[in-house]
Amino acid sequence: MIARLIGGVPRRALILLALFALATLLAPLVAGDYLLTVFILMLYFAFTGQAWNIMMGFAGQLSLGHALYVGLGAYTTAILFVRYGIPPWIGFLIAAPIAMAVGGAMGFLAFRFKVGGVYFAILTIAFAEFARIGFDHFTWVNGSAGLFLPVAQFTHNDLWRLRGSPTMFYYMMLAATMLAFIGCRLLLKSRLGYYWLAIREDEQAARAVGINAFRYKMIAVVISAGMTSFAGVFYAFFYNNLFPEQIFNISRSIEIILAPLVGGMGTLFGPIFGTFILEGLSEGLRVGLDHAGIDIPGVKQVFYGVVLLVVVVLKPDGVWPWVAKKLGLVEREK
Amino acid sequence: MPLDIYLNVAVGGILTGLVYGLMALGLSVIFGVVRVVNFAHGEMMAIAMYIAIVLFAAFKLDPLIMLLPIAAVLFVFGYALQRGLINRFITQPEHSQFLLMVAIAIILTNVQLIMFGPDARNVQTTYAFDSYQIGRIIIDANKLYAALAALVVAAALLGFFRFTRTGTAIRACADNYTGARVVGLDVEKLYALTFALGSACVGAAGVMLILILDVTPALGPVYTLLAFVIVITGGLGSMVGALLGGVLIGLTEAMAGLIFTPSAKSMFAFAILVLVLLFRPQGIMGKRLT
Amino acid sequence: MSALLEVNGVSKRFRGLVAVDNVSFNVAQGAIFALIGPNGAGKTTLFNMVAGELAPNGGTITFDGQRIEGLTPDRICQRGIGRTFQIVKPFMGLTVEENVLIGALLRRQGVDDAREHARDVLRRLELYDKRNQVASGLTLPDRKRLEVARALATDPKLLLLDEVMAGLRPSETTRIVNVLRELNRESGITILLIEHVMQAVMALAQEILVLHHGAAIAQGKPEQVVREPAVIHSYLGAEAV
Repeated sequence: MIARLIGGVPRRALILLALFALATLLAPLVAGDYLLTVFILMLYFAFTGQAWNIMMGFAGQLSLGHALYVGLGAYTTAILFVRYGIPPWIGFLIAAPIAMAVGGAMGFLAFRFKVGGVYFAILTIAFAEFARIGFDHFTWVNGSAGLFLPVAQFTHNDLWRLRGSPTMFYYMMLAATMLAFIGCRLLLKSRLGYYWLAIREDEQAARAVGINAFRYKMIAVVISAGMTSFAGVFYAFFYNNLFPEQIFNISRSIEIILAPLVGGMGTLFGPIFGTFILEGLSEGLRVGLDHAGIDIPGVKQVFYGVVLLVVVVLKPDGVWPWVAKKLGLVEREK
Repeated sequence: MPLDIYLNVAVGGILTGLVYGLMALGLSVIFGVVRVVNFAHGEMMAIAMYIAIVLFAAFKLDPLIMLLPIAAVLFVFGYALQRGLINRFITQPEHSQFLLMVAIAIILTNVQLIMFGPDARNVQTTYAFDSYQIGRIIIDANKLYAALAALVVAAALLGFFRFTRTGTAIRACADNYTGARVVGLDVEKLYALTFALGSACVGAAGVMLILILDVTPALGPVYTLLAFVIVITGGLGSMVGALLGGVLIGLTEAMAGLIFTPSAKSMFAFAILVLVLLFRPQGIMGKRLT
Repeated sequence: MSALLEVNGVSKRFRGLVAVDNVSFNVAQGAIFALIGPNGAGKTTLFNMVAGELAPNGGTITFDGQRIEGLTPDRICQRGIGRTFQIVKPFMGLTVEENVLIGALLRRQGVDDAREHARDVLRRLELYDKRNQVASGLTLPDRKRLEVARALATDPKLLLLDEVMAGLRPSETTRIVNVLRELNRESGITILLIEHVMQAVMALAQEILVLHHGAAIAQGKPEQVVREPAVIHSYLGAEAV
């Protein structure tokens, strides 16, 4: 398995990756509270970006409603915790199948009925919006009034019940992101991964070599949904409050796709790199605005929109492939 | 509930639906010809609505009087956008172009947020609370005027495409891009013109809609989605379909708001979208998709 | 020798246009069978019905003793029929080796196994040296060979070749003809091909079926068929007979 993991990757890349991983492990020791929160957010986007990437970059289906799965994961684990005291990890065992079932249902509808491309994207938006409005009226989870988790004063980190300091959440998300990264790498080099690539490149040709495109697209959607729901668990227990209007909002879905888009869809490191650029620039912007004394809601979003615009126009494949080539980290000859 | 209320709400829904239809008509024209999925459609309409509000606040002019200038502004905006930016994406994969429009939508929505704040704004015309009575049905004046204006504009647009040379040329481009170039049509210019027309259309729809609703920066994305639902339901590429789809959605929205709860009304639009995508993806009037 | 492929009374209509009209033929195991005919004769439609892209309106198709008409293309490939496309469809962003590897994965669960097999196939089709090149950078003849390699990697019993020679120079045509002949001789693979390039047809085919306006007008050994008046008529017009 180790061979499969690192086979074909240039030495330089492996060393840089190891150094990078080391840096992330040590980060909480040197970062202040605020910076730590920024890092945690970056990990959240790197993780969800990776999960989204499976559906888009690997199976070629554009989803603009991924917040749906975050919300499902968040609400399921939160409500089970609040009402029945069920710890989040157990709750996740229930939340993930729910998210996967919903994703599967959407995938089934889409693929069975040949809904693809733009239509599929619109379908994903519709589902997320449906959830947003639906949960607003869902009284069992408090609807639009919001669901609140009890924030007790913690004296120690309780990983089991996910009550604890930001540092705990940092390492939780770091572990998740690393597992996701490694998992995706293994997947990509497996039979499943190659079949996904084939479907993405040319679905008709893939069928002609015996690939059941429907089945493999479904697998991608279900994995992507399940993974994303884990991010929801984090969201619920880190922020301790959930509002349908916010968590299912299309802005959340768009935030999720920004990192992989900027970094590079279909690449492994793309989402992570993309997060760095986005958060880095975003923090720079914030510092600049603070200095200028400007505090207007919406400026950050405009900025994201502009970044997205620039990337789509200039580097539609993402910035990471270009950077990787420049750094001599690529494994493919052209 | 007495039948009267159902009828009134239904009529109101149909009238509003005509305005929705006009909005969707703009999208249908853009997608049908230029093949651009205009994800910023609702946001562009919101721009028109905000312009109407600003002008109304400054000059107390009825939005309908300012219909032409505002539509013209959107026309220019659309032309520039297509010619300057979107055009180079014609040969790119579909999702690239889609994401370009998503980016533009984000920028537009948040610029609106920065400029006007999150609160709802509206226009109080002199006839805002008037109504007409036909038999047992009460019709709101603002909805009536908006719907009539929508019909006029839609008819003009349909006439343009059917009877003028430029309109026919545009339809030729839609049918066959290469063929159109081969016979010497300046496809780029025609595309820009079409996008401009679609933008003017949605701008006009915005002016009419501000008579009926309030505008907030959050309105853009909601109506973009609604426009897509309408166009897909009515049938991509069919102008009459867009109008019919608009009426259908306007009607179901109103009735759903009445029977269930107002805030849940868009859920029905989505339910319709899912049903259409599954069982009749070409929409009511559309041609069979390959 | 029993027939590997039996096509029986197969028809296909497209809204009033009869593309294939009650065509029947058998392809013996290990044979090389060619489908020829003027443009629009219905050859590719017939092909697509065997390959599962289209379902016939009437008639049956039996492969290796089992009915396959109406099955989806992936099921058909799983049964043992590999195909190439008239306008080649390689996985553009992937390397030559990856393209063939994906084909090999049909019958092999392990990626390493599949890669070994892919390399064997590449060597046979003289593409081994280019295995790390990205498909989008290949010339047309190489892409055609890649297409054949990818189909071969699925270990088919029947190989469907759709105008593989189109657009190739005579020297390239000869190369591919030789490769196909070798293949048929060594492994006994059955080949059904559509072809316009008569040089290739005469060199390869053991039996030919001629289609015209969707119907079969002649069938038999190459030398016989090309002399039949009906065939000459269909290609060159009545005066030529």
